[in-house]
Amino acid sequence: MRPVAVIGIGKTAFGAFPDRDLRSLAAEAIEHALTDAGISAPAVESFYLGNFAGPSFVGQNHLAPYIGTAVGFESIPCTRIENACASSGSAFFHAWQSVAAGLYDTVVVAGVEKMTSQSTPRVTEILAGAGDMSGEGRAGATFPALFAMIARRHMHQYGTTREQLAAVAVKNHANGAKNPLAHMRKVITVDQALGGKPIAEPLTVYDCSLISDGAAAVVLVPLHKASRYNSRFARVLSVAQTSDHVALDTKADITEFPAVKSAGQKAYETAGVGPGEIDVAEVHDCFTIAEIVASEDLGFANKGEGGPFAAAGCTAINGRIPINTSGGLKSKGHPVGATGVGQICDIVMQLRGDAGERQVSRHRTGLAQNLGGSGATCVVSILGAA
Amino acid sequence: MKGIVYTETVVHAAPAQYAADAPYQLAIVHLENGERRTVRILGRETADRACVGDRVEFVEERDGVSYFRKTAALSEATEMPRPLV
Repeated sequence: MRPVAVIGIGKTAFGAFPDRDLRSLAAEAIEHALTDAGISAPAVESFYLGNFAGPSFVGQNHLAPYIGTAVGFESIPCTRIENACASSGSAFFHAWQSVAAGLYDTVVVAGVEKMTSQSTPRVTEILAGAGDMSGEGRAGATFPALFAMIARRHMHQYGTTREQLAAVAVKNHANGAKNPLAHMRKVITVDQALGGKPIAEPLTVYDCSLISDGAAAVVLVPLHKASRYNSRFARVLSVAQTSDHVALDTKADITEFPAVKSAGQKAYETAGVGPGEIDVAEVHDCFTIAEIVASEDLGFANKGEGGPFAAAGCTAINGRIPINTSGGLKSKGHPVGATGVGQICDIVMQLRGDAGERQVSRHRTGLAQNLGGSGATCVVSILGAA
Repeated sequence: MKGIVYTETVVHAAPAQYAADAPYQLAIVHLENGERRTVRILGRETADRACVGDRVEFVEERDGVSYFRKTAALSEATEMPRPLV
């Protein structure tokens, strides 16, 4: 396996864009990434697309060539990968493997989702399909419900409080308010978060990520060729993808995700770094409790202490380990299929020192964690500055 | 069939096909036979709602979904059918 670099990143804004279709969003992100890398579309040798539910959300299937041809990819393999909310993290993993293995020298990975054209109950129903529809789904478990049950159990076992969950939302909104590409650029207070409309108790609307449209893309090349293109590349130190049962009720302890722990361990081991050496992280805060659990599973906080860790400001931009400086899924938005590659773009921005008023002071090493469903897929990527 | 509530939630924002049921309570229950299952808890009053550790019993199965009802709160339970994980 040879070392790989990200030489270009591109994102659309995340938000509700009634006048934009899925293909134009993806094309915009890919064109930004190609321009950023300094390469043209015909130079691309393989294209991986992460998308969760294009057929259900917009009635379009066969998405990879549908998008690839729109940006000028000529007769190359175009492949869509679906792994729920980890679809484009998973696409990134497979693209990285193909470059690392020496199959290709220039690969584009994108993620896209167009969700806002459906009503919220219909979006809820489509998202529920990432759970086990023969059991929990049939009983009426929505994704907020699954994470609400995780929150309830975490509160029971560790004394985690509603105020600690709210602290995650307040912090992510404070970060997202400074991100020009974020969906909801709005500062909120703890009282607002606590008083939000109940979605699935104990979670309110302020504990839940957003229903968004958006796309993100990156360009990968072997590290030894990266400096031919530009000096702003980031080194991919490791990418690990793991899996687990889809149904939440099959897990022995729902206050942790075995797939996150094992992907984290593998990624740390391959990269040769530990959690203490990560300068900045983007973690999958589909719900506030998910960020708390991720901070424990990835080794940033001790088991059961993720709540107090967040409430004490340890995960703020100037904290011990800045988490979700982009605003996270909570404020930046969560166009499901775009989220994994979007996180990679956000980490590369930090490693380049391009994050503006959200820039962390030390930015040599960054981590991205992308979660599918209630923990059945996890992708952890560790990147280093050039 | 009896069990203990491992975790629970009351769902307010339901998927389209269950919109008429909302708000409804879901729970993962730990059954006497060691199985864990995602079930509905019957009743809409505060007193019907089950908390973590409460005892519940099976009432019926409809459309592949198990419906349980609360029989005793954690504080009233004299014996635990199975230890909580």
